[in-house]
Amino acid sequence: MSLPAQAAATLHRTWSDPPGVRGWFSALDHKTIGRRFVIAAFGFFVAGGLLAATMRLQLAFPEMKLVGPDLYNQVFTLHGTTMMFLFAVPVMLAMAIYLVPLMIGARATAFPRMTAFAFWVYVFGGLSVYIAFFLGSGPDAGWFAYVPLSGPEYSPGKRSDFWAQLITFTEVSGLLVSIDLITTILKHRAPGMTLARMPLFVWAILVTCLMILFAMPAVMMASTMLILDRLVGTHFFNPADGGSALLWQHLFWFFGHPEVYFIFIPGLGFLSMIIATFARRPIFGYPAMVLALIATGFLSFGLWVHHMFAASIPELAKAFFTAASMMIAIPSGVQIFCWIATLWKGRLNFATPLLFVLAFFFILVLGGLTGVILASTALDLQVHDTYFVVAHLHYVLIGGAVFPLFGAFYYWYPKMTGRMMDERMGRWNFWLFFVGFNVAFYPMHHLGLAGMPRRIYTYAAESGWGPLNLLSTVGAVMVATSVLLFIVNAVKSYRHGAPAADNPWGASSLEWATSSPPPPYNFALPPVVSSREPLWVPHHPSRPPHVTGLALDTRESLVTTAIDAVPDSRDTSPDPSHWPFTAAVALSIMFIATIFTPWGLVWGSIPVTIALIGWFWPRREETERHLALEKRP
Amino acid sequence: MRAKGHRPGTPKAAPRDDVALYVSQLPSYVFGPRATMWWGTFGVIAIEGMVFALAAASYFYLRSHAREWPLGVPPPELSWGMVNMAILAVSTLPNHWTKRAAEQHDLRKVRIGLTVCVAFALAFLVVRIFEFRSLNVGWDTNAYGSIVWLLLALHTAHLLTDFVDTAVLTVLMYTGPIEGRRYADVADNAVYWDFVVLAWIPLYFIVYWAPRL
Repeated sequence: MSLPAQAAATLHRTWSDPPGVRGWFSALDHKTIGRRFVIAAFGFFVAGGLLAATMRLQLAFPEMKLVGPDLYNQVFTLHGTTMMFLFAVPVMLAMAIYLVPLMIGARATAFPRMTAFAFWVYVFGGLSVYIAFFLGSGPDAGWFAYVPLSGPEYSPGKRSDFWAQLITFTEVSGLLVSIDLITTILKHRAPGMTLARMPLFVWAILVTCLMILFAMPAVMMASTMLILDRLVGTHFFNPADGGSALLWQHLFWFFGHPEVYFIFIPGLGFLSMIIATFARRPIFGYPAMVLALIATGFLSFGLWVHHMFAASIPELAKAFFTAASMMIAIPSGVQIFCWIATLWKGRLNFATPLLFVLAFFFILVLGGLTGVILASTALDLQVHDTYFVVAHLHYVLIGGAVFPLFGAFYYWYPKMTGRMMDERMGRWNFWLFFVGFNVAFYPMHHLGLAGMPRRIYTYAAESGWGPLNLLSTVGAVMVATSVLLFIVNAVKSYRHGAPAADNPWGASSLEWATSSPPPPYNFALPPVVSSREPLWVPHHPSRPPHVTGLALDTRESLVTTAIDAVPDSRDTSPDPSHWPFTAAVALSIMFIATIFTPWGLVWGSIPVTIALIGWFWPRREETERHLALEKRP
Repeated sequence: MRAKGHRPGTPKAAPRDDVALYVSQLPSYVFGPRATMWWGTFGVIAIEGMVFALAAASYFYLRSHAREWPLGVPPPELSWGMVNMAILAVSTLPNHWTKRAAEQHDLRKVRIGLTVCVAFALAFLVVRIFEFRSLNVGWDTNAYGSIVWLLLALHTAHLLTDFVDTAVLTVLMYTGPIEGRRYADVADNAVYWDFVVLAWIPLYFIVYWAPRL
């Protein structure tokens, strides 16, 4: 059963992004936005990587003169800020914007204009902080910008303000994408895809986005207070006038610890999809996996104080947070054992995506072990602020998120581009990354135990830290080469890769049921689902195989119920529009103006309001099309 | 799985066949949690509720570390705060009346209701100015001043948003173009209004009464 050619052509016209320059800025297709979002986030990853390379070169030998202390402060601050706020969280959401509608059999996300708006806000925010850096005003108080160092007294100038506003930019973007994805997942699933049949990646994204809703407001609140302290003389963090410096740490880590998990949990989602495909069997213990994801989401809100063991905190609180930090090993362990069981019982296909996944186990387990060490107050005090912590956090974040992400790039590249990536280069990419990563970061454990503090721009030769630092720099060069190789592979394969079939890996989820790359409308005939592995398990004979009756000449989609995914109503997706872009420009002007004067908020809010009204205001032609299809509830 | 088999279709819809799940008879917009826009609104409410909760937590954190509270200034005057609490509470009546009118697709009542709501919004915005003046402290006086100004300003931002949203919807319902889902928009706007009023109740007690305890 397929759609007649003429109908397919109409559908294609209806869902395509408009042509031309104006059309480029008006694009709403979740695949277009998702692809741009991934590329932008990867661009920031490369920028952050270059900053890391600068630091590694500076530290390669004792008393190097490559960068001075002031520039070094900006470099490590921007490196951390970029990787956490401009790469890790956005790239996961970006992959979800691309993949989730395809995985749940939808034609679009629930709020496409909001997605586009979030993308532009994110790009402008990221660019603003890099422009500030190149103008010599890069933030320099560390990626968590502790007060009083980042406050008005110790950070004059505009450096910390750019940092604080960058946070506002990225959090607005992340929050809006989360609302969009939650609504998409709960209301746009294919009929029959009950919550119990949802792919594990979609579960991971649902949990992540719910966490974002409750965690990101904390850092926005903190950065707003910081900018108010700096700009209009409030005293939130000024102990001399009743404020508290620790309030900053509480607010920051109330966000900051869950943040680690909303970088990590989508990575777990990638893993579950890739492992099932390359083990050629369904994931072992699906209900346990879902419960473990939810448990991790909840527990991650009870850990934030373990970042503050070196501050003055009541002893009872320390004991509580130590226990909570240990407890999170339980759901993590459940998932790891389920994956091992899946691999154990499967027939493995050792392609590049699986290699990256297997490396995850090795690296994350090491990072997890040092995590258990750091969760203990007594041990934490010994290694606090040393390279031991740097080693730990890179093992956890790169092992937990970046390795699965590279696996995901290789895995979904054929779906996104219609071509396979080169497997031989993929293996080189993997082995260089894996070996280089360990050579770069493993020695840092020893450096930390030997007493090397983090964030120092150089060290004396007598310290004896030279050889291990040089080794670490060698590893960093290997990682950089590996990333370069990945870029070459991606660019080359885009033109010359072997053409990809619809389902080149023999996977089970719905994104592989449509062509590679998918048409603008995703599915000619929106699917109906009757099992957890729709492409592996034959469709239930008594169920209809697909949906029909949606308009062809209007962007109409099906809305289903939140839990059982029963068809409930039809919705129309908005037409392409320049308003999301225009509104993002207006909002960016307002945010940047407020760095310099509080009046920026007052005057800046006027164009923002106008843009939002223009965005909302319905067009007559569009309304008439809707009226032709209208049915009252 | 309902809605199967032959149904008369619109000419512009995809062709139907005997086996597919036919959906063109489903409503093209719905009210409440069945609608995507309601979930979007609720997402925003969750975020903003969290912002209020964190601001309140910060208030009590600062208070728990202070030697006296409020810090060297008298607590806020009560009168304007009470007036505005009353206005906000009463505003829920026209708000719910409008919501019901929207659910019944009664354009005349919706127009009247929205106009009354806009008038209420104007009233509480004006009174809010006097509330700021009755705080007895500047935002730059000390941390106590900073946090009460923050609480009041955060909520005022919501009053302002609510005012603009409602005003724009009111104009739209007079000028058009109108389709069925605009009634759902009016109903969702009422949900948001409820949130802004409900959120004020704990914040009101924190701003005006916590310094008196």
